[in-house]
Amino acid sequence: MRRLTWFNTTALTLGFAFLYLPMVILVIYSFNESKLVTVWAGFSTKWYGELFQNEAFLDAAKVTVKVAVLSSTIATILGTMAAYVLVRAGRFKGRTLFSGMIYAPLVMPEVITGLSLLLLFIGIGLDRGVFTIVLAHATFSMCYVSVVVSSRLVSFDQSLEEAALDLGCSPMQAFRLVTLPIIAPAVISGWLLAFTLSLDDLVIASFTSGPSATTLPIKIFSAVRLGVSPEINALSTIMIAIVAVGVITASLVTKRAALRQQAEERAAVKA
Amino acid sequence: MGEKAFEPWNDPNEKPLIQFQNVTKRFGDFTAIDDQSFDIYAQEFFALLGPSGCGKTTLMRMLAGFETPTEGTILLGGQDIAPIPPNKRAVNMMFQSYALFPHLNIWENIAFGLKRDGMAKADIDTRVDEMLKLTRLEQFAKRKPHQCSGGQRQRVALARSLAKAPKLLLLDEPLGALDAKLRQDTQFELMDIQEKTGTTFVIVTHDQEEAMTVASRVAVMDHGRIIQADTPAEIYEAPRSVYVADFIGDVTIISGTATPQGDGYDIAFAEGQPTLHAKTDHSFSNGQACHLAIRPEKVAISADKPEGVANAVQGKILDIAYLGNLSTYHVELPNGQIIKSQTANTRRLSQRPFTWEDDVWLSWTNTAGVLLEG
Repeated sequence: MRRLTWFNTTALTLGFAFLYLPMVILVIYSFNESKLVTVWAGFSTKWYGELFQNEAFLDAAKVTVKVAVLSSTIATILGTMAAYVLVRAGRFKGRTLFSGMIYAPLVMPEVITGLSLLLLFIGIGLDRGVFTIVLAHATFSMCYVSVVVSSRLVSFDQSLEEAALDLGCSPMQAFRLVTLPIIAPAVISGWLLAFTLSLDDLVIASFTSGPSATTLPIKIFSAVRLGVSPEINALSTIMIAIVAVGVITASLVTKRAALRQQAEERAAVKA
Repeated sequence: MGEKAFEPWNDPNEKPLIQFQNVTKRFGDFTAIDDQSFDIYAQEFFALLGPSGCGKTTLMRMLAGFETPTEGTILLGGQDIAPIPPNKRAVNMMFQSYALFPHLNIWENIAFGLKRDGMAKADIDTRVDEMLKLTRLEQFAKRKPHQCSGGQRQRVALARSLAKAPKLLLLDEPLGALDAKLRQDTQFELMDIQEKTGTTFVIVTHDQEEAMTVASRVAVMDHGRIIQADTPAEIYEAPRSVYVADFIGDVTIISGTATPQGDGYDIAFAEGQPTLHAKTDHSFSNGQACHLAIRPEKVAISADKPEGVANAVQGKILDIAYLGNLSTYHVELPNGQIIKSQTANTRRLSQRPFTWEDDVWLSWTNTAGVLLEG
C-alpha cells in the first residue's frame, strides 16, 4: 500500500466531506432525543419508534415498495427484451434509431418525462394512482436495465445459443436454459438498479401519482414544507440504508460475475 | 489384405448420406458457396479444407441448419433438410469455441441434449456414463467447464455432440485451440472415436496436415468452390490443378509447353535447358501450356550427373532448410527456376554431403511429377 501525501489526504477528506457530511448529519440527528432538529440532546431511537406508529408514513412506505417491486420487474422484462433484440437481431433497418431511442430517456429531464406521462394518462383517461406510477417508473428505469443487460450480451458467445439449438432446444428453451442463466447477474443488477431508482424518485412520481397513492419521497417532501421533524430524519436514514444496500449488492453481483468471467478466461488461456 | 478398403464413393450402388445439389449461398452481394454439387457417404470422415473465407464454414453451417441455401437443395438420407430447424435435425455440431455451457457441469453439459429429447432418467445416466468413458472424462463429471484444461474441454464438447448419436457429426476446427503435441494425439483419438461409433464426421479445418491425417476424403476449397474432393493420397499424389498441388504440401511448379513424345510428353520450360519428360493420362495438344508439379521428396540430388534417368538438370544450392529428420535443398537453375529437393537425414549432420553454393544435379523419373493444364 502506498502512503498518501498530505495533499492527497486533504483533497480526499474535503471531497468526501462534501459528498457525505450532509447525510452523516442527517443520520446523526435521526438519533437525537430532542424534538428540535438542530439541538443535540442525547442519543435515542424514539423517533424510529414514533415513525412506525405513523400510519401515513407506513402507508406511503407500502405504496413505495409495491411500486418499486412492480415497476422494476416490468422494467427488467422489457429492458432485457430490448437489449436482446438490439444486440442479437444484427443490423436490421432502423437499428441505430432504435438503440438511440432506448437510451434517450437516460438523459431526458425528469420533469419532461413526468409531464409527458401525465398528459398521456389524462389523455387516455387513466385514473392516477399506484398503477400509473408503476407504468411511469417502468418506462424510465427500463433504459437503465437495457444498458446493463446489453453490455453483458455483447460479450456473450453466440455459439452457446447455437449449441443449445443444435442439441434440440427450441429458441425459447435456448434462451431460458442457456442465455438467461448466463446473463442472470446482469439481469439481477439491472433489477436492483431499477428498484432503487424507483424508490427515491420524486419528480416523476409527483406528476403521475394521484390522491389515492402517495410514495415516500412525495410524503417526505410535503412534510418538510411544514418543517423538518426528527421523524423525517429517521425515515431518510432508513431509505439511505435501503438504497445503499441495493446499489452495493448490484455492484457486487456485477463485479463477482466479471471476476468469475476473467478467471474462466485465464483458465482457458492457460489450458 | 483381407479387409475391403473403405471407398463408398467408388461404388455406384452406394447411396450417399448427404447430397449437395447445385447449392449456392449468397450473403448480400457476396457469394459464399458457388453452385456446388457433391456427395458424402455414411461413415465417412470428410474434411473441408481451405483458407479462411473459402466457404467451408458456410457449408457446415448449412448442414447444421444455421444457414439455408439461397439456391439448390441439401438432402440428408434422401430428405430435403432446408425446412427442418437445427433443433429437429439428426445432426450435431462441435463448435470451434466448444460452446460448453458455463453454468452446467460436465455431466450436465453432456446430458443437455438427451434431456431435451425427453429420454428417461436411467437411460440418460447410462448414455452419459458411456460418453464419459469414451472420452476418458469419468473423474471430471462434476467439474465446471472452466475448471478443465483445453484438452478436456475439447473432449467434453465431443462427448456432448456425440451423446445424441447423430447421423452426422460436424466438427468446426475442433483442434484449433490445442497446442501442436496435444493436437496430434487428439487427431488419432478422433479417428478412433469415429471408427468406434460409426458416425459420419464432417470436419472443417484450415490445417492440411490435420485434414490429411484424419479424413477418408478431403475436399480442397477456394472461393466458394470445391476444387477437388479425393482421398488424401490422391490429393497429394494426383492433384488435378495447380491450386491443389500448391495448397497441399511442398511442391515445385515448372511452367512450360508440352509436346507429345512417345507415351508421354516433352516439356520445354526455358531456353538453354534440357527438355523434361513426363507421363500422364491427360492429353495435351502440341505446344499447349502446362505446369509440371513435382514434390521435393521425389527429386534426387547428386554431385555427379546421374546416368539413365528421364530428367536431369544442373543448378546451384541456394538455400538449405534443415528440419532435423529432413533437409530441403532449394536449387537454382541458370535460368532462375528454383527446384526443391528433399532428402531424409538418415545419417548424422556431420556427413551432410552438400553445402551452400555447391553445383549439384537434380534428377527425377518421368512419373515423379504431375503434368497439369496451364
